[in-house]
Amino acid sequence: MSDLVQRDHARDPLMIAEEWMRAGRDVAIATVVETWGSAPRPVGSHLVIDTEGNFEGSVSGGCVEGAVVAEAADVLAEGKPRMLEFGVADETAWEVGLSCGGRIRVFVERLG
Amino acid sequence: MDPHSLKKLNALRRERNAAILLTDLGDGRDRVIGEGDAVAGTLGEAVARAFRSGKSGVAEVDGRQFFLNVHLPAPRLVVIGAVHISQALAPMAKIAGFDLTIIDPRTAFASPERFPDVALHAEWPDEALARQPLDAYTALAALTHDPKIDDPALKAAFEAECFYIGALGSRKTHAKRVERLIDLGVAGEMLERIDAPIGLDIGAATPAEIAVAVLGSVIRALRTRGLDGGGLPS
Repeated sequence: MSDLVQRDHARDPLMIAEEWMRAGRDVAIATVVETWGSAPRPVGSHLVIDTEGNFEGSVSGGCVEGAVVAEAADVLAEGKPRMLEFGVADETAWEVGLSCGGRIRVFVERLG
Repeated sequence: MDPHSLKKLNALRRERNAAILLTDLGDGRDRVIGEGDAVAGTLGEAVARAFRSGKSGVAEVDGRQFFLNVHLPAPRLVVIGAVHISQALAPMAKIAGFDLTIIDPRTAFASPERFPDVALHAEWPDEALARQPLDAYTALAALTHDPKIDDPALKAAFEAECFYIGALGSRKTHAKRVERLIDLGVAGEMLERIDAPIGLDIGAATPAEIAVAVLGSVIRALRTRGLDGGGLPS
């Protein structure tokens, strides 16, 4: 069973964030803080991103990860956290959207 | 996120402790709260509710928005007895997301051939559980029918406050078991928590069907924990 636990930790975004930090990489952490409707990933889900654009984890199962990774680059450069909101794909208010019709709020912050 | 918070949170999670990362969404400042740590006021109430329900969410306190990310340990299932039901239960539990361990000192039962890809311990429950103790995020199912093997494991499950405790056997068998456990020092009212006869009442007849009934009971116990506490305030 210890193998199983370790394999889970190997995929765990927060464990990965700690590894990257120890390796001296700059890391941003994105967290789903609120969802409405049929959101693909539950509240509390994480995506971790480094300055090279490498990422692990998921905040939407693939719908908005690209946009979050791009925003994370700014957050890493500026250091200030920001709140992102994504909604249905056909609304003009959002550049990218969730095809499932849900809405999510994602908090993006720098580690350290 | 504060690097110290991340390290503290991950350390608690590695040790299978429940923890909440509390983030002020206004300025991004955060801190880690372990289960049992005192937090005062309205925020403390939201923290207590979040631990009970296991649900992450935003709480508004004194005009500030806090995000409470609840990290509960992954649920484990410890099965006493490398029996026919366990052979069916092992792959099902794995699919349902449980970390499964099977313990049985009878080496003829607990053979790797009968249980491929399973964490299998061919030793007495006391020995195996000393190395990997039970906890509140672990379910225990006693399936050997042998008091020598089942009873000490059941006693350990009560002491560790496992979220589910089930034991195989008819009502008559169970009545005798209750008497033995009282002799072992388990408090009478705790014994009402034992799921016996084990599993959901779905008329299960074959070992595989009984495995489904057991897993259903375990999932129900996991998902109904702390629901009386309600969700987070919106």
